[in-house]
Amino acid sequence: MTLPLGQRAPLLSMNHIEKTFAGDITALRDMSLNVNEGDFLSLLGPSGCGKSTALRLIAGLSHPTRGRIEWQGGKGKDDLGIVFQEPTLMPWATVAQNVWLPFRLRGTGFDDVKTEIYEVLKLVGLENFRDAYPRELSGGMKMRVAIARAMVTKPRLILMDEPFAALDEITRFKLNNDLLELKAAIGCTVIFVTHSVFESVFLSDRIIVMAARPGRVIHELEVDTPYPRSEAFRTSAEYAAHTRATSDALGEAIGEAA
Amino acid sequence: MTVTETVPEANPDAPVIDVEEAARARRDKIHRIARWILPSLVMAMTLLAWHLYVTLNNVPHYVLPGPLLVGQSVFDDWGILWPALLTTLRLTLLALIFAILGGVALAVAFTQSKWAEMSFFPYAVILQVTPVVAIAPLLQIYVDSAFVAALLCAWIVAFFPILSNTTIGLKSADHNLQDLFTIYGASRWQRLRYLSAPSALPFFLGGLRIAGGLALIGAVVAEFVIGRAGTGLGLASTLLEASYRFNFGRLYAALILISAMGVAIFAVTSLISHLLLRKWHESALKREG
Repeated sequence: MTLPLGQRAPLLSMNHIEKTFAGDITALRDMSLNVNEGDFLSLLGPSGCGKSTALRLIAGLSHPTRGRIEWQGGKGKDDLGIVFQEPTLMPWATVAQNVWLPFRLRGTGFDDVKTEIYEVLKLVGLENFRDAYPRELSGGMKMRVAIARAMVTKPRLILMDEPFAALDEITRFKLNNDLLELKAAIGCTVIFVTHSVFESVFLSDRIIVMAARPGRVIHELEVDTPYPRSEAFRTSAEYAAHTRATSDALGEAIGEAA
Repeated sequence: MTVTETVPEANPDAPVIDVEEAARARRDKIHRIARWILPSLVMAMTLLAWHLYVTLNNVPHYVLPGPLLVGQSVFDDWGILWPALLTTLRLTLLALIFAILGGVALAVAFTQSKWAEMSFFPYAVILQVTPVVAIAPLLQIYVDSAFVAALLCAWIVAFFPILSNTTIGLKSADHNLQDLFTIYGASRWQRLRYLSAPSALPFFLGGLRIAGGLALIGAVVAEFVIGRAGTGLGLASTLLEASYRFNFGRLYAALILISAMGVAIFAVTSLISHLLLRKWHESALKREG
């Protein structure tokens, strides 16, 4: 069960992070952010605002030019799962083998984690596709496999880089609902990069609005509607109010840049 | 006024096949048969034309032997041709195996170490672009065994497509998957084994198909150049010797066997490629519609 905002234990903090590419392109300027256990945090902003850069820094795929990222209690090997914009599955491996990957890379045999793999595939609704190859799946199903792979080790933090941007709206809504259920089931923290106001409001309880050139944080909003959030939330007045506030903040971010 | 339409009673168990689908099924069936019938027909016509040309014009057998004489030679000279075929086959396959080992090992070394690639890739290219005919006489001088010299020739020709294709393949792994492997703390070996190698497989198999043909060409060229010393190697040496003796029946018989061997090598490498890729790679998948 996730605690209400303000009572959550800290998970990681970014302190005055700066990232400069090739000496003169500032992708990220003075970004400070505290992420708590159980947050569903969205990074929202126009392209070039550094949201993906921030995600790569947190993932440890690149290192900040200045500043520090600190994990509470240190970063363990299983603390992180990631979902990219593309499903990024291995085409030569079956669905179950793809989900096995995080375990396989730490030397755990398939049979030892079979239960975990089958369980998470059931959670994402793909229990009948264990032995299928990625090419046999639809775009939405491939993304479900990618989510299952990120969740199978039950990491503390899952990073998602615009995972549903390439999907059609019907599939995206369905996956949004399922993602919230999965997060509740696993009890992890999610940092979700998006450029959709509607998606960020529906999913998250914290929205970080970022502006471009140079990439920086300009607003933080809270969506205090409790989970579980259903389809009814999408059409509620509360949802509309939050999207309006978020849109205004984003408008400011775009306005400042232009 | 009532309008009554008579709808024929449909059999609910019958598969639904519309006119377009039926036409497609028929076309597919015809194509499947024609794929075998047409080339066989062309072959039969060619043989017949060849036979008629030779018999009607009374072409002497030392200019162009008829297909019957060639067939006769294959049969009569089997005692000479069969050992020669085995020698050439052994030469070709050994060259191909060493080309695979050398090409793959070097490709792995190149992708694991930028320094190794910078240092040695130019020399791999030089080895490739230097005509093997020009190297063969040298090898013959420096290497005692004619077989080993011929093997080296065939190897030089066959190994480059494997090296070049495998190197590209090993580098072509999806970038997001690379990042994923980094996040999960994959070791160098794991990255090679589980990511780079499967990504490289289709490229390697493409190289293998080219290298199979080139290994045979290399073997034939080597036999021409090295076999001249009277060492008596395989089919190509037999072919050359038959041409000196104006034994054109045997010459053509050897030529046909070399050609058949090339076809067989291509068929086997294609089959291997198909079996390894059929489950997942676009090149081996049947498309619908």
